[in-house]
Amino acid sequence: MSMAQHAEPAVTTPPAPGRKETDGRTSRRSPALRVLARPEVGVFLGAVAVFVFFLVTAPPVRDGSSMANVLYQSSTIGIMALPVALLMIGGEFDLSAGVAVIASALTASMLSYQLTMNVWVGVVVALIVSLGIGAFNGWMLVRTGLPSFLVTLGTFLILQGVNLAVTKLVTGNVATDDISDMDGFGRARKVFASSFDVGGVQVKITVVWWLVFAAIATWVLLRTKYGNWIFAVGGNKESARAVGVPVTFTKISLFMLVGFGAWFVGMHQLFTFNTVQSGEGVGQELIYIAAAVIGGCLLTGGYGSAIGPVFGAFMFGMVQQGIVYAGWNPDWFKAFLGVMLLGAVLINLWVQRTATRR
Amino acid sequence: MTNDHSGTHGAVLADIPPADADRPLVELRNAGKSYGNIRALHGVDLTVRPGKVACVLGDNGAGKSTLIKIVSGLHQHTEGEFLVDGEPVRFSTPREALDRGIATVYQDLATVPLMPVWRNFFLGSEITKGPWPVRRLDIETMKRTADEELRNMGIVLDDLEQPIGTLSGGQRQCVAIARAVHFGARVLILDEPTAALGVKQSGVVLKYIAAARDRGLGVIFITHNPHHAYMVGDHFSVLRLGTMELSADRDQVSLEELTNHMAGGTELTALKHELAQVRGVDVERLPDGRDLTAPVAEPGEEKA
Repeated sequence: MSMAQHAEPAVTTPPAPGRKETDGRTSRRSPALRVLARPEVGVFLGAVAVFVFFLVTAPPVRDGSSMANVLYQSSTIGIMALPVALLMIGGEFDLSAGVAVIASALTASMLSYQLTMNVWVGVVVALIVSLGIGAFNGWMLVRTGLPSFLVTLGTFLILQGVNLAVTKLVTGNVATDDISDMDGFGRARKVFASSFDVGGVQVKITVVWWLVFAAIATWVLLRTKYGNWIFAVGGNKESARAVGVPVTFTKISLFMLVGFGAWFVGMHQLFTFNTVQSGEGVGQELIYIAAAVIGGCLLTGGYGSAIGPVFGAFMFGMVQQGIVYAGWNPDWFKAFLGVMLLGAVLINLWVQRTATRR
Repeated sequence: MTNDHSGTHGAVLADIPPADADRPLVELRNAGKSYGNIRALHGVDLTVRPGKVACVLGDNGAGKSTLIKIVSGLHQHTEGEFLVDGEPVRFSTPREALDRGIATVYQDLATVPLMPVWRNFFLGSEITKGPWPVRRLDIETMKRTADEELRNMGIVLDDLEQPIGTLSGGQRQCVAIARAVHFGARVLILDEPTAALGVKQSGVVLKYIAAARDRGLGVIFITHNPHHAYMVGDHFSVLRLGTMELSADRDQVSLEELTNHMAGGTELTALKHELAQVRGVDVERLPDGRDLTAPVAEPGEEKA
């Protein structure tokens, strides 16, 4: 059967004018442009800019211990920003992430104190609770098909209330009791909240965890099946489902990953301060989301990296501490952050438009 | 429109056709689907044989999408029979259909625009290497395979790392077809592959449909363009309002008849009549009703 029989039959399809339809028609983009197209480049430049800025304007920053402080500050944001970023690449976000940290810490603290058990029991139960909260968020999302904004706003309000009410109910106070003299505290503190010496400077262990998690997240995202699925469910959920990607599993597990992050940061807070303030954590979720967005993750999903949020969190830590070292009023921090967020988003937008243009 | 220099049509022809060439791969017998009290499809027969292209034509809302959703496993039929290799089946997920060798290239192509071409190619069926904790994507193999497979279909891309969204519609369509062929599809369902394409791009896609057919695949080609269907089709089914209006082999129907069934010649006459009442439309220069409806029995309520 000859296909050339009817020469111009395409009545419903308009001709594509001026399109060059030859194979191999894309000219190779220059290496510089291709590097610029990476999601983390904008934030890297931004982080360098902020770093240099404070290095110049705030002399105390040049000190090693100040730098360790900046990194510590960054790590507490950064550890949470990582799973939040993965979730964002997967097309969702989690407003309950901030209070979930406190919920986890409260669970571990109150459980082991009230039942006078080894703190590790509390730690393990808190992990289960945190994963459970994540699984609930994810399950609600895939079951109902509601936007993650609504689902996690609900969880956020529930947890905020439960944190306060249950803590008051159990301890009669808004804070939990000091657990520093309980069994297993020392070892737990070693894991979650110790420091170590690097050339005379005390560095918090969370910095190490942060970088380890970032490395794992990067590897998972770019080199594993699961990472492929994260991009796919965020980029086009229906397509992903149609080609056989387990969308439900991917989404729920991403929420559980945020739960894991919340547990880890929660444990860090518990073993640093020995007690937990039940009303804390509100507003933190937006900081995590901002760090991920500054880090080049697309709010609508399907695009981003795990390295970007590392720099995003570093920018936060740098500004937060830098303002203090520069001797300015710390009230300016949030304003500075807002400017930074907008600036980063605009730079990202510009970089992507320039670099991905053919 | 199909004399593209890059074609590897001849090379693909060299593939050996399967042994029992005429056994139906997929068969629908009197199948139908209701959504609640809405009967989207009923009484549909369709047979897909290896190395043949079964075209399903129909206007918007005729039930084409419902039909492919049944075959591709997104929906389940509520009446009649659906057989794969002669045995009745009922798929609950697209994955099950895929496992039986039924691959669907959806209208939106089921690609993730921001992901690189090679990642899209292997999405959902990634090749991995290494033991569990460090099991990772075998990127080299995947890139090489994707490139080879695309070249086999006559698609040459310079950079498999480019996001698939930067390809043209025709190229993306071809990547989707090449992907289905690579993953062992025996039946390829193409949902309006030429709908959004220009003339030349449509030609390229039609060529790959022919290439897939010549590799021994059974193809279900959904379209509302009879010209495109007639170029590659072996069997034509026309759907109208959820039922089968025409089911004919290539030698039983001419392009004119097909166009006529498809375009609904009688309806066009009515449309012309309506247009005559609108000022500014030169009805005299529109084709005559007879030109459009020649061999079709006209329904009684025809008012022109």
